Amino acid sequence: MIEFTFWDILRNLIFATRWTVLLSIAAFVGGGVVGIAILFLRISKAKWARRFASGYIALFQGTPLLMQLFLMFFGLPMLGFRIEPWTAAVLGLTFFASAYLAEIWRSGVDALPRGQWDAGASLGLHYIQELRLIILPQAFAITRAPVVGFLVQLIKATALTSIIGFEELLRTSNAINNATFEPFTVYGLVALIFFVLCYPLTQYARSLEARAAAR
Amino acid sequence: MSYSLDFGWLEGAAGAIARGAAMTIFLIVITTIAGTVISVLAAAGRRNGPPWLKRTITVYVEVIRNTPFLVQLFFIFFGLPSLGIRLDPIVAAILAMTLNMAAYTTEIVGAGLDAVPRGQREAAFALGLRPRQVFVKIVLPQALKVIFPALTSQIVIMMLESSVVSQIAVSELTYEADMLQARTFRPFETYFVVAMIYLGLSIILRRVLVGVGRRTLSAGVS
Repeated sequence: MIEFTFWDILRNLIFATRWTVLLSIAAFVGGGVVGIAILFLRISKAKWARRFASGYIALFQGTPLLMQLFLMFFGLPMLGFRIEPWTAAVLGLTFFASAYLAEIWRSGVDALPRGQWDAGASLGLHYIQELRLIILPQAFAITRAPVVGFLVQLIKATALTSIIGFEELLRTSNAINNATFEPFTVYGLVALIFFVLCYPLTQYARSLEARAAAR
Repeated sequence: MSYSLDFGWLEGAAGAIARGAAMTIFLIVITTIAGTVISVLAAAGRRNGPPWLKRTITVYVEVIRNTPFLVQLFFIFFGLPSLGIRLDPIVAAILAMTLNMAAYTTEIVGAGLDAVPRGQREAAFALGLRPRQVFVKIVLPQALKVIFPALTSQIVIMMLESSVVSQIAVSELTYEADMLQARTFRPFETYFVVAMIYLGLSIILRRVLVGVGRRTLSAGVS
């Protein structure tokens, strides 16, 4: 029987936090890339593309993330992929993030005055150039606060991947708890670590919001 | 690739799925009522209470908003018994959901209270209403009207998040799905069907809330 001191618990938890951080970054970057693709469809001129993107967003925002993770975890092997918790976690969170990010950016695109598009067209830019040079930079700039806010949500959402067996912070803490029988300390520390990760971002989002409101 | 989908098990599973859905609905109804009441009190306390109360409410809101719901749930269900507070899974789930939702809706209700013009309060005082009457009859209804769409979204999000209380063996929809897939060996189909039920529930819940809002607050929400 190994004795766990408080520092052993804390050290192990902090060590496991890197997986939570890594997963958050991977899902945020992946979600950003897929999210831009969905955004293109969502603001496209073709009706089927807009329909598809709205349906995609409604699907991911209208079902629990846990179900999405389960469907990834059990669904991908049926398509012949060998799947591990890490892959299912990254893919599940990527699609989840893409739907939210696309919707946030779409609100940014909608908020721009019609004249921005017209000005781009009158400069002789074609559609992709207009998006790349005029519309998207502005849309990204005005949606920075909600994007950071969503990042906080995403970091918290990584805790759910413990349920499909990914060894991040919460799953490690379950194991530690089973060995130490000190749930109050263990889960208290886990909450504290998540708080330390999220709170600065929350404050940053708030300052961005305040700055945007002042402008 | 020779996997073929099989939904033959669905007929025998309808009862379990319906029971699970009923539990999910039960949880969200209780949470909505308790969470809204708490958040109105907390938002009012944060604006008019003594400094210690304001600080306590701020800490509560920040702690809940910056930690995952699943960790809060585990802390309440597994952690509190070491303080001698032992809770039934359903009670723990309702407590965790209510505390979680109230933290978010406290901010929302607060924004609504701030949005009511000062003149409304002054006019009510001028008519001789007592402070509590001013709050309950004049300020609160207008605030709720403003924030109704945001409140609706938060309730739907909470309903979807309630799926994780399956982890402490509350027999709601996800828990029933876990049990079913263990029996049918059809995890993909099972979770697919249940995900679609959640989608349906979230659409219906939104409709119902919008309907209730229109009738009681004449809130013009889509």
